[in-house]
Amino acid sequence: MIEATHLIKRFGPKTVLRNLEFQVAQGEFVALLGPNGAGKTTFLRILSSLSRQTFGDVTIAGYSLPHQASAVRRKLGVVSHMPLLYGDLSAEENLVFYGRMYGVERLDQRVTEVLGLVGLAVRRRDLVRTFSRGMQQRLAIGRAVLHDPEVMLLDEPHTGLDQDACEMLDTVLRTVAARGRTLVMTSHDLARVQDLASRFDVLTRGRIQASIQKKDLPVDGLLTFYRQALANSTAAREAA
Amino acid sequence: MNLSATPFLRAMFAVVWKDLAAEWRSRELVSAMLVFALLVIFIFNFSLELNPQMRAGLTSGVLWATFTFAGTLGLNRSMAVEKDRGCLDGLLLAPVDRTAIYFGKLLANLVFMLLVAAIVLPIYAILYNVNLFNAGFLLVILMGSWGYVAVGTLLASMAVQARTRDVLLPILLFPVAIPVLIAAVKASSGYLSAAPWADIVPWINILLVYDVVFTAAAFMVFDFVVEE
Repeated sequence: MIEATHLIKRFGPKTVLRNLEFQVAQGEFVALLGPNGAGKTTFLRILSSLSRQTFGDVTIAGYSLPHQASAVRRKLGVVSHMPLLYGDLSAEENLVFYGRMYGVERLDQRVTEVLGLVGLAVRRRDLVRTFSRGMQQRLAIGRAVLHDPEVMLLDEPHTGLDQDACEMLDTVLRTVAARGRTLVMTSHDLARVQDLASRFDVLTRGRIQASIQKKDLPVDGLLTFYRQALANSTAAREAA
Repeated sequence: MNLSATPFLRAMFAVVWKDLAAEWRSRELVSAMLVFALLVIFIFNFSLELNPQMRAGLTSGVLWATFTFAGTLGLNRSMAVEKDRGCLDGLLLAPVDRTAIYFGKLLANLVFMLLVAAIVLPIYAILYNVNLFNAGFLLVILMGSWGYVAVGTLLASMAVQARTRDVLLPILLFPVAIPVLIAAVKASSGYLSAAPWADIVPWINILLVYDVVFTAAAFMVFDFVVEE
């Protein structure tokens, strides 16, 4: 479903992604882990067609980036730590606007379904600027799933959410994953992603340093695997 | 054929609807432009100490300077709203031709600029006893505003990516907009002084060419301008 090969991204003299290789099968839920500055957000922005790779190939659902970006965008739902919502529009108006941009059919019915899914049906006519951070993020999830995308890209979606909002978000993500959709999510919350994802990739210094399926995790959990991956990366850098 | 059913027009009108609906709620952009425009008119009046004869000759220049400054304020604000909450990314993620987003923003900005003109012109006409209700003059307002907003929307999308966006937009925009402003001032002046058509038509032609060229140029380069 997603394939990135020999991916390089440079910002001027700084190389952020270095020959990154990444494959995701349909229906997988991949948690992309790594320290700050590892290149996770840059990588997701390339996958979402918001940024262009310096070198390398990226295909999503059989379409290549950046040449078939419009076809790729139709398949994608993106959630970032910014809500991408208009504060002076109501929850319903925001979804209607994005629904028109995506050409969603039976839009009124779909908006009602999505508002129910994210638990905002009773606040549908309220302006988004009156929402808490958690409610805005729930609506952002609603915006991302409105057109029923095949692939969801989530960049630290739990950032700034309280416990209830995190659980609500997790419920929505599990619902989406259970429908066979493909998800790639960056996060620093290892305990939370250990429950959600089916595979864990560690991105450091611009490439995937380690990858493991959930069933293969060590008995002491994801944290041990993550620390080991970081230690191996540091050792490799020192050896170089 | 239902034009709104084509993806391009559907997306374009969605952006126009979104901008107008958000502005109807907040009234931040138009009210700021309007107050600014009225202040500029008063400042010009008091600083130049215009007598009635001089005022008639300077009306078009004062009005276009006012529209230019107020328009820049509106263009900056219009794109800042998209950038501040990450909404520009939301727009760019939509599976539509990105020029539909440009034309949607252009039309919304044009509506805001014409709305300000529609309020400022009668006030100016009453305050300074000048008859501004001339069909030719109103056509020049429309053509000049289109050209200014066409290039301004493009440059505002570029400037909004920078930290210094508030100062960057006028620096980028004013030099590029000089031809349309000169043509608009000359054509407006011609209509208001009842000059012969032969004196006005070269300036109308410049406005027409500017509008077509810069709208076409923006159509071609907008995708590259907004790409990271």
